[in-house]
Amino acid sequence: MSRRVVLYLVAFVVLIAAFVFSSSLKGFYITFGAFLTLCILSFLYKDNPFYKFAEHLFVGVSAAYWMCMGFWTTMIPNLIGRLYPPAIKPFLPSVADQPANLWFLIPLGLGLILLLRLSSKVGWISRWALAFIVGTTAGLNFVRYLRSDFIGQIYNTILPITVYSADGSFLIQDSISAVVVFLGVFCGIVYFFFSKEHKGAFGTAARVGIYVLMVTFGAGFGYTVMARISLLVGRMQFLFGEWLGMIPS
Amino acid sequence: MAFIDTITKIDRRIIFLSIALSVIIPLMFHYIPPEQISPIVANIYEKIESLPEGSRVLISLDYDPSSAPEQQPMVDAIIYHCCRRNLRLYIMALWAPGQNIASETIERIIKGHFPDKVYGEDYVHLGFKAGNEGLINVIITDMKKMYTTDAKGAAIDDIPAMQDVRNLKNMDLIVAFGGGKPGLKEWILFAGDPGNIPVAGGVTAVSAPLLYPYYPNQMLGMMGGIKGAAEYESELARRDEGFAKMRHPGLEMMGPQAVAHVVIMLFIIIGNVAYFIERKRQANKATELGK
Repeated sequence: MSRRVVLYLVAFVVLIAAFVFSSSLKGFYITFGAFLTLCILSFLYKDNPFYKFAEHLFVGVSAAYWMCMGFWTTMIPNLIGRLYPPAIKPFLPSVADQPANLWFLIPLGLGLILLLRLSSKVGWISRWALAFIVGTTAGLNFVRYLRSDFIGQIYNTILPITVYSADGSFLIQDSISAVVVFLGVFCGIVYFFFSKEHKGAFGTAARVGIYVLMVTFGAGFGYTVMARISLLVGRMQFLFGEWLGMIPS
Repeated sequence: MAFIDTITKIDRRIIFLSIALSVIIPLMFHYIPPEQISPIVANIYEKIESLPEGSRVLISLDYDPSSAPEQQPMVDAIIYHCCRRNLRLYIMALWAPGQNIASETIERIIKGHFPDKVYGEDYVHLGFKAGNEGLINVIITDMKKMYTTDAKGAAIDDIPAMQDVRNLKNMDLIVAFGGGKPGLKEWILFAGDPGNIPVAGGVTAVSAPLLYPYYPNQMLGMMGGIKGAAEYESELARRDEGFAKMRHPGLEMMGPQAVAHVVIMLFIIIGNVAYFIERKRQANKATELGK
């Protein structure tokens, strides 16, 4: 019997033993969660079947979870419940008496057309439904992004360079902050203007823009490190706290 | 020079082990550094403090369990604070796992610490609906077009707290938690700006730098990552005796954060020093060969 098969058998026996000997189902869940966590962390040593198993399990369960949630929270009440309310009486009796709304035949039709993508012969029809989705999303987003991300951000950058408090005293910290924001945004935008050679004063502004961008990316990287460490801390708290009970609460 | 050679060739598994120990040891010793609230987080706190009793606060849980270590502490703190201020909570989710997370949070925080709060009057769990920013676009004009029932299946018209709520513009504050799409950015773009509704939120640390440009005009305040959660917890614990007696997972995580960051900085410094020494050595060797 190969070493790998023995390893799988041992892991299987440990899991069953954890289930049998755990005093409650919660104990089994925690042990299984710890097993999956260790499977994922084993990737740090090298890729292995335990990691692959945990990864595939996670992807499959996530996809199935989203599908089930989407079906029961949106398709049932907002589609089937609108088209033929008596059909949802066993699941949502409180809204089974509402009148039918046949306008929802349109999203039903578009959804079924989208599913035609699975067919190689008539899959081209699904492009119509997809075009509707893309067009609607683009139209909605275009206006909002233009107003909030473009015009809104220009408005936010127009700051008074000298800031005074309500009693008239000069606020040096806020004033310096406003100057830094203005110069940083201006120099950053100058860097991306490639229609003119970056020489002289223009080149100096572009170089300042590069430094501002580098500081921004560094801050972003620092935040990313903090995020990853937070997730690691969360897993360690689970392993050493909930599973092994070694962390004082 | 043998030391420099060792450093440049260090096995990355040694680095993994160092990071793991820098996280585990502070956890074991319960090391919690002091925290002070920053202005961007304080704005959220003061806004909730200033809302009169009975004000409507929409809480959107737009994350899944993979972001829970960062997000859950801030969610717990905000919901606790709102319940303490007797604000009316409308809890929903734009992400499917958010519905279950909301149910667990309600059980743990609202039912656990505020058993006198009545479901349907003091708080409502609206659940998850698919649609991303399209959903926000609909509910900003008519909420009941998308929500015919709450998360438990009760008719929305039968819920007392929903009687005087027609759309998002009836909300006094929107607090969104999330690190992806849809998330806080979509709430700002599709609800806060067009509806002139105050929007605040908590995001994962990865998303926080992308949202700073919206502060303070388009976004009231933001808790960025576990640091933001720890700041909010520290302020709430300072001002509320009940919360001070609870567990503070955000603050507990800052000890390992601080130690791990110091270890990472040490590795970066050592790596850079080794790099420059090696580069100088190569340059000297090239000069000698040139002679």
